Amino acid sequence: MQSVLARSVVSLTGLAAAFGAMLAYASRVFAVRRDPRVEKVLAALPGVNCGACGFPGCQGFAEAAVKGDVAEGAVCPPGGNETMVKVAEILGTEHAQLVPKVAVVHCAGGASTSVQRVTYEGIEDCRAALLVGGHPKACIFGCLGLGTCRSVCPFGAIAIDEEGRVRIDAKRCTGCGKCVEACPVGIIELAPRDMRVHVRCSSHDKGPAAKKVCSVACIACQLCVKKCPHGAIRMDDNLAVIDYTKCTNCGICAAVCPTKAIIDEVKVRPKALIGSRCEGKGRCKEVCPVKAITGEPGQRHEVSRGACIGCGLCLDVCPTRAITMVGALGPQKERS
Amino acid sequence: MDLGHLLAVVVGAIFVSNFVLMRYLGLCPFVGVSKDLDSAVGMGMAVIFVMTLASLATWFVYTYLLVPLGIVYLRTIAFILVIATLVQFVEMVMEKTAPALHRSLGIYLPLITTNCAVLGVAVVNVDEFMVTGIARNASFIYTVVHGFAAGVGFTLALVLMAAIRERIQLDAIPKSMRGIPITFVIAGLMAIAFLGFTGLRVG
Repeated sequence: MQSVLARSVVSLTGLAAAFGAMLAYASRVFAVRRDPRVEKVLAALPGVNCGACGFPGCQGFAEAAVKGDVAEGAVCPPGGNETMVKVAEILGTEHAQLVPKVAVVHCAGGASTSVQRVTYEGIEDCRAALLVGGHPKACIFGCLGLGTCRSVCPFGAIAIDEEGRVRIDAKRCTGCGKCVEACPVGIIELAPRDMRVHVRCSSHDKGPAAKKVCSVACIACQLCVKKCPHGAIRMDDNLAVIDYTKCTNCGICAAVCPTKAIIDEVKVRPKALIGSRCEGKGRCKEVCPVKAITGEPGQRHEVSRGACIGCGLCLDVCPTRAITMVGALGPQKERS
Repeated sequence: MDLGHLLAVVVGAIFVSNFVLMRYLGLCPFVGVSKDLDSAVGMGMAVIFVMTLASLATWFVYTYLLVPLGIVYLRTIAFILVIATLVQFVEMVMEKTAPALHRSLGIYLPLITTNCAVLGVAVVNVDEFMVTGIARNASFIYTVVHGFAAGVGFTLALVLMAAIRERIQLDAIPKSMRGIPITFVIAGLMAIAFLGFTGLRVG
């Protein structure tokens, strides 16, 4: 009995020791030189392997970054600036800051607002639907609502509501751009994260034609272009387009848009309040885009809290600095 | 040893007692790596390679170490040790000498290190060819051929499953059944189909 025990212990221990020694030796003989920075960069990356950077997964990105094959200013979309700063630290390079982005769907047409041309009953995929019989909606520019973007989103940030409209959860969206690539009608765009006013329409149809097939379409009336105090909106072939480099989220365009094709996502806007320093010069009254300010010349003016959209234009023109903004502040850019 | 018996061993390992569908071994890679055909083929090749090598190595360990020392009851532990070392070693050698092969097969090798199908093939080898009074030289050939054929059988099941899963990808499967659940249902149906091979007589 004892001898069996001894034999077992000795032989298996010997076997394990021999194998261990063999592997240790082999790891030296067959060692492949790896750059230790690859491992470090890989650890700094989010590790979701989304491929949005254009490399085959995080490993591919890390290897390319160490080799110096990643272009200047390139970024890991899900990781954003923080990750790139970490990577730059490891590699000892500089990283230029990049504006964090979020996906925006330029269509708000749902079942109750848009005319359906046909009823599609096939594979739940926008690309498949387009192949079968063209666009199921009467508006060929719009969202199909079958959720191709939802199925490619690696972060579960996209939902389709009961109206068939795409809803993007900005908290979960990392701006990786997978949905932008996947959308067969090309209506998803990556917009700067602090931009909260968007044209939610992509129709290039002329006004009456667009209006006929969708009640929330941009009808190219150009009201927003005229009212925008910053010149941030232009017309591109019968469609209003916001230039995010000029937009200040003032929300005037959303307030004047007759079809509500421009949607203001700022939940609570501040209201203007005119203080006792007001000398009644009336400049604010002239500039107010929604005519929320009333008052006789020379007398203290008043702001109708219901009408004020909190754009802050009056703030800039008041010669006596009598106007302040009160209430919850939405994300406002600093004014010059 | 005759060729007829050898053919019976091959057909037996691939069809009649297929490692996945009849012995229910190696279900983890069978479900995990059967999402697309390319990786299924890669995984299959890696399994064939490792199973053949493991059969070879465990035959030596069993015949020249465990039997002479009278400790065959330790075969499971000894086999795991041998297979794990072997796979690690092969991976190292492959990475150094054949980087291209390592890129296509190498990522699957760690998955196989302690896979039950590979251990299973070693144990089945012992039960069928080493304790049944077959001559030593013949048992060596049977063992290696059986290891190779078992790998081929595994690959067959894996590739079939991957092809089926690619085909049903866009089908209207109830939400709760998508992914793993439907895979198990398919595996069950495939096993029933493979049960038909039980009646096969070769050699």
